[in-house]
Amino acid sequence: MTDAVMNAGRVAFQADGSTGARKGVQVNRLDGGLIKGSKALSFTFDGKSYKGFEGDTLASALLANGVRLMGRSFKYHRPRGVLTSGSEEPNALVELRSGGRQEPNTRATVAELYDGLEANSQNRWPSLQHDFMAINDRFSNFLTAGFYYKTFMWPAAFWEKLYEPIIRKAAGLGSISFEADPDAYDKGFLHCDLLVIGAGPTGLMAALTAGRAGAQVIIADEDFLLGGRLNAETFGIGDLAGSAWVEQAQAELAAMPNVRVMPRTTIIGAFDHGIYGAVERTADHVLAPEAGKPRQILWRIYSKRAMLAAGATERPIAFENNDRPGVMLAGAVRAYANRWAVTPDQTVAVFTNNDDGHRTAADLITKGVKVTAVIDTRADAPKVEGAELFAGAQVIDTKGRLGLEWARVRLANGTTRDVPCGALAVSGGWNPNVHLTCHQRGRPAWREDIAAFVPAGELPQNMSVAGAANGDFSTAAALRAGAEGAVAALSELGIEAKAADLPEAEDAPINVTPFWYVKEGKGRAWLDQQNDVTVKDVKLAHQENFRSVEHLKRYTTLGMATDQGKTSNMGGLAIMAELAGKQIPEVGTTMFRPPYTPVSFGVMAGRSVGEEFRPTRKTPSHKWAEEQGAVFVEVGQWLRAQWFPQAGETHWRQSVDREVLQTRNSVGVCDVTTLGKIDVQGKDAAEFLNKMYANAFAKLPVGKVRYGLMLREDGIAYDDGTAARFAEDHFVVTTTTANAVLVYRNMEFARQCLFPDMDVQLISTTEAWAQFAVAGPNARKLLQKVVDPEFDISNEAFPFMACGEVTVAGGCRARLFRISFSGELAYEIAVPTRYGDAMIRKLMEAGEEFGAVPYGTEALGVMRIEKGHAAGNELNGTTSALNLGMGKMVSKKKDCIGNTLSERPGMNREDALKLVGFKPVNAADPVQAGAHLMNADGEVSAATDQGYITSAAYSPVLGCSIGIGFLKRGDSRKGEVIRAVNPLEGKEIQVEVVSAHFVDPEGERLRG
Amino acid sequence: MIINHPILGPRDSQEFTYLGDASLIDRPDWQADNAADQFHDYLYLRDNPAGEHRELWFHEQGDRSWLVVTRNTVTHEILNVELARDVARARGRSK
Repeated sequence: MTDAVMNAGRVAFQADGSTGARKGVQVNRLDGGLIKGSKALSFTFDGKSYKGFEGDTLASALLANGVRLMGRSFKYHRPRGVLTSGSEEPNALVELRSGGRQEPNTRATVAELYDGLEANSQNRWPSLQHDFMAINDRFSNFLTAGFYYKTFMWPAAFWEKLYEPIIRKAAGLGSISFEADPDAYDKGFLHCDLLVIGAGPTGLMAALTAGRAGAQVIIADEDFLLGGRLNAETFGIGDLAGSAWVEQAQAELAAMPNVRVMPRTTIIGAFDHGIYGAVERTADHVLAPEAGKPRQILWRIYSKRAMLAAGATERPIAFENNDRPGVMLAGAVRAYANRWAVTPDQTVAVFTNNDDGHRTAADLITKGVKVTAVIDTRADAPKVEGAELFAGAQVIDTKGRLGLEWARVRLANGTTRDVPCGALAVSGGWNPNVHLTCHQRGRPAWREDIAAFVPAGELPQNMSVAGAANGDFSTAAALRAGAEGAVAALSELGIEAKAADLPEAEDAPINVTPFWYVKEGKGRAWLDQQNDVTVKDVKLAHQENFRSVEHLKRYTTLGMATDQGKTSNMGGLAIMAELAGKQIPEVGTTMFRPPYTPVSFGVMAGRSVGEEFRPTRKTPSHKWAEEQGAVFVEVGQWLRAQWFPQAGETHWRQSVDREVLQTRNSVGVCDVTTLGKIDVQGKDAAEFLNKMYANAFAKLPVGKVRYGLMLREDGIAYDDGTAARFAEDHFVVTTTTANAVLVYRNMEFARQCLFPDMDVQLISTTEAWAQFAVAGPNARKLLQKVVDPEFDISNEAFPFMACGEVTVAGGCRARLFRISFSGELAYEIAVPTRYGDAMIRKLMEAGEEFGAVPYGTEALGVMRIEKGHAAGNELNGTTSALNLGMGKMVSKKKDCIGNTLSERPGMNREDALKLVGFKPVNAADPVQAGAHLMNADGEVSAATDQGYITSAAYSPVLGCSIGIGFLKRGDSRKGEVIRAVNPLEGKEIQVEVVSAHFVDPEGERLRG
Repeated sequence: MIINHPILGPRDSQEFTYLGDASLIDRPDWQADNAADQFHDYLYLRDNPAGEHRELWFHEQGDRSWLVVTRNTVTHEILNVELARDVARARGRSK
């Protein structure tokens, strides 16, 4: 029998017809409440249409329509309904929306109803009523705590192929659509004097007090209505109804420019130094966000003081079959009745160990709901009007397959009584919401009088706690604590605030007698309904010697679900204490971590998704390169032209080979702006560079450039580049593209921390200059057309490794360097970045008569391999100057970063790796980077390893594939034929050891 | 975390990059007799205290100052923030 059918039979129990018009088919809708009944909203659940009202949550609207069954449990697929009316909900998790907006595991209790809302139940097949996996429930004796650890032990090989896929398929709750989320998420920053977390009576009173004093206040609440429990109770404040007082307070706060009221905003974590994370759901309560508006915003709130006024969470009592749809927390039942004008059923029983549970009975009776019994564990329970009271009694079992039908009660006199009820409102007392106090180092302490943990220990810096979150449960105490707390917090900031006259409010004690679980019964009594943990599981864990609370938690998974055990931890701890023969404070409690409630990945990512995941840096010639149809490659954040295909070229190699040959035969141009550039100025600039580079710079003449090798302090080669001396006290240094930021950081470290009194200043100018390499035999002729004629750049006047300031194109300032990465006669010319686009066009126009080509990073790579120049593959974090064949460059006559430790014997072994070149014996064989080198004969093993190939390319000049790499004693093995092996792909070729300088080994071209 | 920059006032730690133990300021003399041993210790040996720790932070997204931050690694309380250059001078790194 389905829930709806069962409820159809209950219509007869409904109160008289006065509410009929409003109810329509909402069989469990009552009078009153804070919903706006003027306009019905349509929504669907599992494809079926229902009506609700503005102000409803999905849970309240489903209950109003007589739907109690809302989900299936995680492990046993037990039918489950809603337990709570707030964010602590463990059971009623649904998939909201569909397509790209589908969101799994959303709590129906906080999903605000809107017209067109679409929700589906989860973790069931084929339907919520008939779930195939419910068979797990029959095998519950096997699926106890530690089931996975005990069962899936062997054979080990089964884990990956069999066990894990099965478990993964069986576990988990909701599903995702795998479609891209179409909505935007934002991030923002806020600052305040006082952050008030929670807008119940405590928080509102605090915000009013602080706001009236002129302080900058933020008050945030996860609910869409301010007021907290005031909306759920019938209490008045002063002459007003609770909700009316809330409206008045909200209006006053809204009128204060110094107060920011943030409903639908969850403070998810308390971080260092008064920083709080908050998620504001700006568009989860509408069908879709307005155009251009985000769905959610992640706020980082910098607070000088914070007040936690997060209230309290009710805890259940565990008894056999206490998980049937219809068994709910008493405070939640009361909230549904008072705030949402909904009763979960027309007959309700109450099971409580405290006076607060009696309020539920009283409020329901006032609303015309039949309360079949109040079952109180206390023998001295207070009297109840309008319902039968069983004092000193306990609920020992329930019945109803897909929803509660009756509860069996063991009376004080030992007899049993079956109480008919479609809902059972359970109260085991209230736990202060201490979560955020634990996010740093707080350790809650036990308070005997309320039988609950309250905030204690080291709270997050400058946080205070007030109201129910601090264990002060009455409304009067909450108002007082809010006002006094605000005054105290502001006085620490030197802001004088006055505690206003407090309105009168209820001040009743809760009178709780701890009662955690019903001992009678052989069936399962549920503690953690989201992770399906029972009292038995806790007992089993204890029996198997998991005695620390943290072990209990991990072994049974109690409290490890998305609700972090908000309704279940306390019961588990209490049972564990009992089994260990200890008091609850001796056992202690587990800690809570951020986030307070689940947070979507979308809001964490914010706008940093897709192409915006990280910044994209474009070179000054990017637009021009796009016009040429260049293919681009990501190099870190940079987009660089990889090659420039021409009409008729069908393979990238055709383009690259052409670019290489045309550059080597005539002239080519390449944008090299991405290389890091650092301006080094000051009287001690040369001395400073002596410290930074392994080789010496002090004697570099003005107007000259020198190659520089930088080491790490451990002697490993780090980065290389050039330093050009423009004046006695002015150098321009380049770094590799990848290390531009790091080299600058290290140089600043050396300048400030190691050599604090050197007269030297640094600035990164990477993005200030557009720089182009012009390479090839016609490079000078091309540049002579661009550089203004008063500058003589003939070989005599401007030889290899010269540098100087020139002007181009009739007066545009530029820097010219005669340096060569390609091995050709080459220059690099730099102009201010804003002229970069004009410069590339000018260079290409001037080069037209020489057939100048632009070349990309591929041709750049081929040419540097042909010349045996080291790059990132060779400076790979394991190689030294000696390995690179630059051992002699490391000056022994001066101090520099890394020179002392580069002399360690281990780095100077007689059989050290040396950078050499490799040519295939069979010219058709491709040389592979990453291949390892083995002697001509003998086994292929790590023990016989002779080195490895770091870079390889097809050389259009040599007409075969070539490589460079590191070979043991490589410099003395030229001419030897060895093997380059790739065991991963089963490849092996013979290569000849050659000089790494394949092209123009004497360097005649670049000096020409 | 919020780092109270001696020149710029309170700044979010996101603006900084972290290096580590401030003892990295005490780079040994390359001409000392046991320079290799001293550099070994300088580079590889660090204290890892649960409590007060002097450490180097770089204001990379800000004014590029290197700072010595005295921070309690247990509570994240920041007890003192100095310009690393001042610390380096105080530790005798002036020429």
